[in-house]
Amino acid sequence: MIDVNVSLFQWPFRRLPHDTTDPLVKKLKNAGVTQAWVGSFEAILHEDADGVNRRLAAECQQKGAGFLIPFGCVNPTLPDWKEDVRRCQEKYQMPGVRLHPNYHGYALDSELFADLVTECHQRNLIVQISLRMEDVRTQHPLVQVPDVDVKPLLELLPKFPGLKIVLLNSQRSLRSPLVTQLAKAGDVYYDFAMLEGIGGVGKFIEDVPYQRVLFGSHFPFFYFESSQLKLKESDLGETIRSAIAAGNAEKLT
Amino acid sequence: MIWDLHCHLNGVDGRTPEERMSQLLKYADRMGVDRLIVFLGMSFSRSYDPKPDDFRQQNDEVIQAISHWMDRALGFAYLNPNYLQESLDEIDRCIKNGPLVGIKLWVAARCDDEAVDTIIERVAELKGVIFQHTWYKVSGNLDGESTPEELARLAKRHPEIPLICGHTGGDWERGIRAIRDCPNVSIGTGGFDPTAGITEMAVRELGADRIIYGSDIGGRSISSQLAKITGAQVSKESQQQILGANLKKMLLPILREKGIKP
Repeated sequence: MIDVNVSLFQWPFRRLPHDTTDPLVKKLKNAGVTQAWVGSFEAILHEDADGVNRRLAAECQQKGAGFLIPFGCVNPTLPDWKEDVRRCQEKYQMPGVRLHPNYHGYALDSELFADLVTECHQRNLIVQISLRMEDVRTQHPLVQVPDVDVKPLLELLPKFPGLKIVLLNSQRSLRSPLVTQLAKAGDVYYDFAMLEGIGGVGKFIEDVPYQRVLFGSHFPFFYFESSQLKLKESDLGETIRSAIAAGNAEKLT
Repeated sequence: MIWDLHCHLNGVDGRTPEERMSQLLKYADRMGVDRLIVFLGMSFSRSYDPKPDDFRQQNDEVIQAISHWMDRALGFAYLNPNYLQESLDEIDRCIKNGPLVGIKLWVAARCDDEAVDTIIERVAELKGVIFQHTWYKVSGNLDGESTPEELARLAKRHPEIPLICGHTGGDWERGIRAIRDCPNVSIGTGGFDPTAGITEMAVRELGADRIIYGSDIGGRSISSQLAKITGAQVSKESQQQILGANLKKMLLPILREKGIKP
């Protein structure tokens, strides 16, 4: 399995059972994960983005080289953010970036986002966008962050052919038909960490081609077993199951 | 053994209650779930404050759904404390004289309302199980949506009556604290995100014997909800208690009363 939605370090509001890297790696490997795409929990609130990315890259190298694949943080509201993009790719050898537009305070119809996408497109970086990190109803009272509105991607994506977008934690806020429309508008992929409903994955691939669905767990914020079991809950058949579990993500990189 | 405290017919494929029950059991079989407790009908009430005809219809659909699968499915009656006499009549119809084995209270009235005292006293006389929906929404609860603190107030007025704190209040760090000093209150683990740490904290603060697995399917996935227990760093014995033994123990008196095989 390739898990495209894992985070390292500490969630700001709670200690999590696997929020140190060695136990996290052990847990993932024991579960059959062969590669994990990891961002940093620090990314959502820290303003020293390069500090976040430097620690993330070093941790991946030291504790999971070839297994933990770092996705850097870029916040286009910060001065000189393009240098962060450059370092993510050239210095830290990251295949993509993970964005948190809601925590960083910009919309996807803003010029800032268009500039950021342009930069990533030119560099052929994968762009992960996290639509939410947690249920908006249970957020800290002083840090209430709305979900990311991804509708503007419908207009933006046709301008960037080949740009690979991975929407993380999307299903509690993103519904049909927008899910289908986005998949048609560009190379948009979805993880299913926040997919709910009985037999959810089986139903989701009625809206989106299965080639656009990736295994993502939102571990360690969520129990890893949640996504792992979802592959069993739906009767997918081996071709689709293995594509979602790993094959689709392999083709992305 | 896995018994699921919290299942709905809503959000499930099928034109009739029986078809939906059959679908639920198909997924339950895939995931190793032995028994399902069902409440609320094919579509949730149009109103958060349902009239008696409305909640009676919902209960009729549950009775219809479980009728062919009494060995796998049990049902709770949905009531509205704002219609006290009609709710008491519904308890008689569905539990005393019918097949249902407990009640579900949702968001019609806050559970520290006096009418709820009368309802739970009657259900307790019949040995029925009492499930109260609770949430702490940072954005604000619905007018009649109870918090775990309100359930704790009710629980302290009736320390001999077991109560279940549905959803653990959603914000489970607050929910667990709110009912911690009410030994007659257990938490239901269904119907909120599989945020890591819930079960570890609950076992630490309440003990495994006060935690009951539930899913809130079909709106939720069995997987995401089972993961809270199977993925938790607690003992196997604790997991077994949470996944089925606690609920079975709570239901045993009424199952025996009704002659339903546990």
